[in-house]
Amino acid sequence: MSLRRVVVTGLGAITPLGNTAPTYWEGLQAGVSGAAPITRFDASKFKTRFACEVKNYNPDTYFPTKEGRKMDIFTQFALIAADEAIKDARLDEEGVDKDRVGVIWGSGIGGLTSLQAECIAFANGDGTPRFNPFFIPKMIADSASGNISIRHKFRGPNFVTTSACASSSDSIISAFNYIRLNMADVVVTGGSEAAITESGVGGFNALKAMSERNDAPELASRPYDKERDGFVLGEGAASLILEEYEHAKARGAKIYAELIGGGMSADAYHITAPDPEGNGVVLVMQNALRDAGISPAEVDYINTHGTSTPLGDGAEVKAIQKVFGEDAYNLNISSTKSMTGHLLGGAGAIEAVACIMAMQHNIVPPTINHFTDDPELDPKLNFTFNKAQAREVNVAMSNTFGFGGHNTSVIFRKLRD
Amino acid sequence: MSEIAEKVKAIIIDKLGVEASEVTPEASFTNDLGADSLDTVELIMEFEKEFNVSIPDDQAENIGTVGQAISYLEEHAK
Repeated sequence: MSLRRVVVTGLGAITPLGNTAPTYWEGLQAGVSGAAPITRFDASKFKTRFACEVKNYNPDTYFPTKEGRKMDIFTQFALIAADEAIKDARLDEEGVDKDRVGVIWGSGIGGLTSLQAECIAFANGDGTPRFNPFFIPKMIADSASGNISIRHKFRGPNFVTTSACASSSDSIISAFNYIRLNMADVVVTGGSEAAITESGVGGFNALKAMSERNDAPELASRPYDKERDGFVLGEGAASLILEEYEHAKARGAKIYAELIGGGMSADAYHITAPDPEGNGVVLVMQNALRDAGISPAEVDYINTHGTSTPLGDGAEVKAIQKVFGEDAYNLNISSTKSMTGHLLGGAGAIEAVACIMAMQHNIVPPTINHFTDDPELDPKLNFTFNKAQAREVNVAMSNTFGFGGHNTSVIFRKLRD
Repeated sequence: MSEIAEKVKAIIIDKLGVEASEVTPEASFTNDLGADSLDTVELIMEFEKEFNVSIPDDQAENIGTVGQAISYLEEHAK
């Protein structure tokens, strides 16, 4: 059986840099930081008191109050990004068979805010259980894909992938596979996360994973800089409409790019620490290149996982050099987490959108906040430091890795016949 | 209108996102005010909290309209 081709026909995003896909891209290419002091709760006693929040967010501008109240913020972000992508792809129009449209979403955590609020309410009570009937449906990670399908009446395959920070790259690959295997013609995919809450920030602080550069939040996310001290927590969502190529052509859809390959692997090493040799990361990029049927030399741009942690950044770069050899020096490499912060389960989706926008505009978004070279990293590599670079981007790869040792890579290419 | 009735109406308006004019004594939560089964459970919980009562499930099942809620609470509120 030959596999069907899959293209991207719609984009949507709500991110710390902008609340739509075009404004997100404007922020990316301008090299803006989305980090600022936390406003969602009183963080004065926390080790980290800043994050990359979605700015000026008021659910009432998107949802009737009664509707918004029944959804956790991670689901609200999911619906906002998906609505933009669905509209962009004109999926709600007549002629699209909604039985053949699926929703495969990604979230690493799900409704953490709702879980925390209900547990606090119970702890403050007298032991009588007074859990809200919407608590479970708000908290469960699959409420994102469920709510998108209900809103748009998409009756195809519907589920959520959870693999920590690789979650929404895994949802993209799952969507890709379901379409390739003829189990759906269109899939609304993407990912969302909203963990900027006491338990999220406190939990990641306990892991010693987050930057504590409280005196300069906008300078804190600095992948590949010698002085990097951890990731900066972000929130938001992005959505991609994946569609079978002939189906997209037949309805005259705008085609942004083709999704040509995906790879997955596991470190099988440690639940939170990356394998310092990057073996799982070597394997995942090799798997993705083989699936795409391209050679390393064809890749123009890698949007790295690059979270700004001392260990993870180095291991990924080492792996890139193993896989790409001399071709690594011709790549543009950048970590857009330097601007957006780390969206955890939403990272794969917003970074896939960054790759597609980079191809659309032939501009590579930068790795901002570079001040001091890390002597452990090869200075001949082009990390696209500080300023966006003009470059013909025909093929872009996005890497994401999650706690648990999950590694995922996806590869997009400009459409050609 | 009693103080209890005022509070009941306010809770219904807030939780179900409906207009005050719709909240008549005869209005049914599910048939007239757009509530689904989960909304109804949430309403009962709000009544319990606001009026410091515990409404057993078998009695909650008989509270389907605004008027039924008001009479139940006027009788049982502490």
